[in-house]
Amino acid sequence: MYFVFSWLSFLGSRVTPAIELSNVSKVYRRYGGRQFSTLKSALLQRSILRDLQPSETFPALTDVSFSVPKGSTYGVMGRNGSGKSTALKLVAGITKPTSGTVKVEGRISALIELGAGFHPEISGRENVFINGIMLGLTKREIQNRFDEIVDFAELREFIDAPVKTYSSGMYMRLGFAVAINVNPDVLLVDEVLAVGDEGFTHKCLDKFAEFKRSNKTILLVTHSLNLIERFCDEALWLDGGHAMSHGDPKRVVGAYLTKVEEGEERLLAATTARAVESASQGPTGQDGRDGQELSEQPADPTSNMFQATEGRWGSREVEITDVAFLDQAGHPSFVFHSGDPLAVRVKLHAAHPVDDFVFGIGLFNADGVCCYGTNTYLEEMQPQRLSGDAEMVFAIESLDLVEGTYKLDLAVHKVDGFPYDYHRLLYTFRVKSRVHDVGIYRPRHRWTFSPAVEFKKPLG
Amino acid sequence: MFANLANLFRYRGLIQSLVARELKARYRGSVLGFFWSFVNPLMLLLVYSFVFSTIMPNTTKGIQPYALFMFCGILPWTWFAASLSESTNSLISGGNLIKKVLFPAEVLPIVSVLTNMVNFFLGLLILVPSLIFYHRLHLSFALLWFPAAVLVQLIFTLGLALILAALTVHFRDIRDLLANILTLWFFATPIIYSWTQDNVKAYKALFDLNPFTHLAISYQEILFFGPVGHWKWLLALGVGSVLLFLAGYWLFDRLRDSFAEAV
Repeated sequence: MYFVFSWLSFLGSRVTPAIELSNVSKVYRRYGGRQFSTLKSALLQRSILRDLQPSETFPALTDVSFSVPKGSTYGVMGRNGSGKSTALKLVAGITKPTSGTVKVEGRISALIELGAGFHPEISGRENVFINGIMLGLTKREIQNRFDEIVDFAELREFIDAPVKTYSSGMYMRLGFAVAINVNPDVLLVDEVLAVGDEGFTHKCLDKFAEFKRSNKTILLVTHSLNLIERFCDEALWLDGGHAMSHGDPKRVVGAYLTKVEEGEERLLAATTARAVESASQGPTGQDGRDGQELSEQPADPTSNMFQATEGRWGSREVEITDVAFLDQAGHPSFVFHSGDPLAVRVKLHAAHPVDDFVFGIGLFNADGVCCYGTNTYLEEMQPQRLSGDAEMVFAIESLDLVEGTYKLDLAVHKVDGFPYDYHRLLYTFRVKSRVHDVGIYRPRHRWTFSPAVEFKKPLG
Repeated sequence: MFANLANLFRYRGLIQSLVARELKARYRGSVLGFFWSFVNPLMLLLVYSFVFSTIMPNTTKGIQPYALFMFCGILPWTWFAASLSESTNSLISGGNLIKKVLFPAEVLPIVSVLTNMVNFFLGLLILVPSLIFYHRLHLSFALLWFPAAVLVQLIFTLGLALILAALTVHFRDIRDLLANILTLWFFATPIIYSWTQDNVKAYKALFDLNPFTHLAISYQEILFFGPVGHWKWLLALGVGSVLLFLAGYWLFDRLRDSFAEAV
């Protein structure tokens, strides 16, 4: 047994990494502060050497290590500004790490900026040659691959036209076709799949798959979690220049999504707090509505759904003092998954006891469409007495909504519609779903098929 | 540094095709196309001839026909000045390549210098027949100094171009500064006047400090006067140019890593 294991580990150690970053940090420097930015002042102050020292620094990557085994596809994900592209540039050798080491084995081709170095005045044909030479091919190699490149770019009839006459899609396709035909051992891809139409994107993905089959290494930087899950053997999640998690793509994507939700929660909480605060600052009956006009407002919040301006009005005889969305465990939250339970907890304060009151609630999607609206009067609850501090919970057992951002109307008013406290679109929450279905409502559903209909088993 | 210097040899294919591209692209879209490379110096020569023989005749003895004498200095000067102003800007205008592709940055200023050298050669195709027509150019061993002068100028220009290109990334004012310095430098060099004139000789020591003086004099001797008496200066400048080139390349190499960030 022991022998077998050591033998296996011996085999494992022979898989050499194609890319290896160890403890890599990258600090971007700003050379010279504002006052030293001219040669004149540098000369006058005899400080050229000092000015060439960094004066402001910005850490783009901090102590990042990862290694990509030969023949595997490695995904790097993260928000904008998280250091993904810096990592890619380090691997490509365009910039050097401030500390740590970057090792890459084999010929690299970087799909970072497609068609960088194309000259607009000369023909596509000449540009293919020059671009190929820039990427390290010889003239003969390009000659041999020329037809393949042109066919891949789907530009046969335009290849002799100057590149300046190309559309941006044609430009990108040609750049992609040259770069991918360099036949690299290591391919670096930075978010370039968005360049073409659907058909071209598929062709690119096929090409990547071909690369994978021929045991080449791909480093893929993308925002598309879908691509990471489908394509990559391993993934790395960067945030603020730190490696947050790496390993199995499904796990990393999961961790990333959780973090994104937390961020959204904070954002929504802040947005809601701001909305409530600004709406509550104005005098009661703001927006020029006086009490009389308001009393004519129908109790049903759906009828004025097209005036989707947030706000707050009412006499405040009964005041809504606090609103919270509660998740399954009763914790306040702003992000929910489709199908989860959701409870809206409303705290109230009545300045004096009232016997005429209706609680209303309305749910709007981002387009301002009312997904659902109801109140206690419509549901035939007869008000009797409300006094002092009170609490109301509106519980939804299963949030059968499609993914999106939703806003809430909450109101306490008289049966005839006179508002005590009307909160219009002040509360926001988000519904997430792994299924990207559409509409305003997701009915509970299931599909059944006769045996003649067959589907492939889901991957993984 | 020397490893990178050796790499330059590997990039010769790239440099060659980029120079060809620049030359092709320059006149793309014009009717006369590449022919302009000859028409431009020809027109310049005709204009000078007209102005300095008819409108304000220069009758200084020993440098007649004056327009041709002047042209012997102006052609290499144009190569020099255009190379410097283009290469100074080359890293910034080629920023996309430096930032987004693994691209040897020194290729850009080198291509600027070489492209202008080709234009210089094309200008010679106008100058040399004119010199022969006026019986100024004599077939002699003195002509063997011509490639030497070109080589010295090439190395000298490359050295300066590398320094300027690298520094301009950090100090953009060099672009504007350079335009003025080049104008001053042009008049401080015996191109439109001859160093044999008495009022020039008085300042000989100052003129000797100007490296381009020796190049201009060499060209004038080789092409216009015949006997080459300035070759010692040319060789000395050659040694100086090699040192300048090495210093320029060293500086460029030192600052290389900052280009992708500062461009």
